Amino acid sequence: MNPEPSFPLGIITQIRGKCIVMRGSDIDTDRIIPARFLKCVSFQALGEAVFADDRTQLKGEHPFDLSKNQNASILIVNENFGCGSSREHAPQALLRWGIRAIIGQSFAEIFYGNCLALGIPCVTTTEADILQIQNTINNDSNENWSLNLTELKLKNPYRSWDIKMNQGPLEMLISGNWDITSQLLNNDKKITDTIKKVPYLNNFIPIK
Amino acid sequence: MSSGTLYDKVWDLHRVTELPGGATQLFVGLHLIHEVTSPQAFSAIEEKGLKVRCPKNTIATVDHIVPTINQSRPFEDSLAEEMLLTLEANCKKHGIKFFGIGSGSQGIVHVIAPELGLTQPGMTIACGDSHTSTHGAFGAIAFGIGTSQVRDVLASQTLAMTKLKVRRIWLNGKLSDGVFAKDLILHVIRLLGVKAGVGYAYEFAGPAIELLSMEERMTICNMAIEGGARCGYINPDSTTFRYLKGRINAPSKIKWKDAVNWWLSLASDQLAVFDDEVKIDASSIAPTVTWGITPGQGISIEEQLPTIDSLDPNERPIAKEAFAYMKLKPGSSISGLPVDVCFIGSCTNGRLSDLQAAAKILKGKKIASGVKAFVVPGSEKVAKDAEKEGLDIIFRSAGFEWRKPGCSMCLAMNPDKLSGAEISASSSNRNFKGRQGSSTGRTLLMSPSMVAAAAIKGEVNDVRKMLKTN
Repeated sequence: MNPEPSFPLGIITQIRGKCIVMRGSDIDTDRIIPARFLKCVSFQALGEAVFADDRTQLKGEHPFDLSKNQNASILIVNENFGCGSSREHAPQALLRWGIRAIIGQSFAEIFYGNCLALGIPCVTTTEADILQIQNTINNDSNENWSLNLTELKLKNPYRSWDIKMNQGPLEMLISGNWDITSQLLNNDKKITDTIKKVPYLNNFIPIK
Repeated sequence: MSSGTLYDKVWDLHRVTELPGGATQLFVGLHLIHEVTSPQAFSAIEEKGLKVRCPKNTIATVDHIVPTINQSRPFEDSLAEEMLLTLEANCKKHGIKFFGIGSGSQGIVHVIAPELGLTQPGMTIACGDSHTSTHGAFGAIAFGIGTSQVRDVLASQTLAMTKLKVRRIWLNGKLSDGVFAKDLILHVIRLLGVKAGVGYAYEFAGPAIELLSMEERMTICNMAIEGGARCGYINPDSTTFRYLKGRINAPSKIKWKDAVNWWLSLASDQLAVFDDEVKIDASSIAPTVTWGITPGQGISIEEQLPTIDSLDPNERPIAKEAFAYMKLKPGSSISGLPVDVCFIGSCTNGRLSDLQAAAKILKGKKIASGVKAFVVPGSEKVAKDAEKEGLDIIFRSAGFEWRKPGCSMCLAMNPDKLSGAEISASSSNRNFKGRQGSSTGRTLLMSPSMVAAAAIKGEVNDVRKMLKTN
């Protein structure tokens, strides 16, 4: 785990650091954070529990336990990462362990949104590139990687890969507007207008 | 792009405005909260000095962490007690209706909202739980959200959302005897896969869907998320209205006709355009059981487990992982596989009709020795109605434990857990590694009737054979 990680804030254009590779598709949120760790009223202690059961089984050989991966900030995954439960505890656990960006072939939808709400970009690339990136990390010193959101590139000192991110979430991150609550509250009058036109909140009076 | 679907109509009605990042600000008509995903959201709005925008559109209950044997307070587990205390305090402070233990209406959030008539066609419904898709059975647009979004809904009663595409899943024919909604949805997920629904809302339609009761429809929509679809729905019809009529929060007699007219107008148009459509024959579906570690790894009771070679190359790595974890042999039969624990309950299959179906199999029978079996009604109301019919006696006489309502061993955030590498026959929704509370525990998903059949024989078997002898 990273000592006293500073959490994402404001404009997010670049994440630098070491990469960590989690191979396999359909890695679900029950594996990222088993349900018993959801018994909490604060997210604070979740970092240590990330992948708890997988790590116990692999007795120190799990990617999140290997010494070479400590302090990594960019997680490399495969397909449909984060499927299953809506628990935000999953990205919270990754965040508190030190993850600041995730690169994969695809992501489950609720997980993707939960990450965005925390300022963790989930970016995608092809299966072939993921494999190449994973292999490069294994052979590489794995110190100087950077994920650049304005250029949409993942780079190490020797080469770079193209990455993709949907325009909406990308703009939210690079403009620093990913903490959405205040934007939503700005439209209070429009919210009131919507409430007035929804039939089930207005006695089902037929719309003329 | 879809047009004229129920999804389009409900989306348009709840659209507040477009946000700078390209997302839509969507009004949430009903916000359901529970003890697991709400405490941090309440802390977050309080830190910002915000209030709950629409406390009357917010409903709370406690389900995930409640013990199902002894529910007296304080709970033995001090963390669980703390979570419940926090929820109670938050609800009191913000004027939110809370259905607590003993209220007569406590239960799994996706069971109680429909039974209270809170869930209605045409609503947008959000809850910090992925199985919120359940409420789509009524023709609502219902989806799971994370805690940051729970915060946003508490603060503004709205969400930043991106519109989904719509895939219609058309089910022809009708389910045969001994085959249930659970088999149907496991079959659909098996065919389409666990990621096919990402980016989509699933509209379930066709003759086989129209024949289903509301409780069966809830089972279908509940598991849309297991196919990757955050939201699944069924167009409202006379079955929907019959279910709703007279429920405590359903529209009153005076408003009923206007309500029904509006609801009918929401159903997808004859000429609606879908982004994608698949057709599946429901009449050929057999009882279906999962053998692996994703809900898409299912087979019919008549089949053998797949061999690695028979699978699509993309499916092979996860299949190999599943065989190793489940300690099963490729090509072997699922029928005859011994089970240790039998669990009937959950937001997928913890309703009265589920308990009735299982009780029908268990009546006058005994469960196999060595099998631990328990039934957890989805709500206090389900428990009461079942007891009125004497189902509790049937279950108990057969050797099942009759528990108190809660999420129980579906996700094991409470004392109900597998131990070691036990195998469970489970009427719940997820067979992920470690899902049922043991990091080596194994889960076979199936219908409540199939769980009952497994309990009697102590092994997975075809419930249709028991129906014949009954």
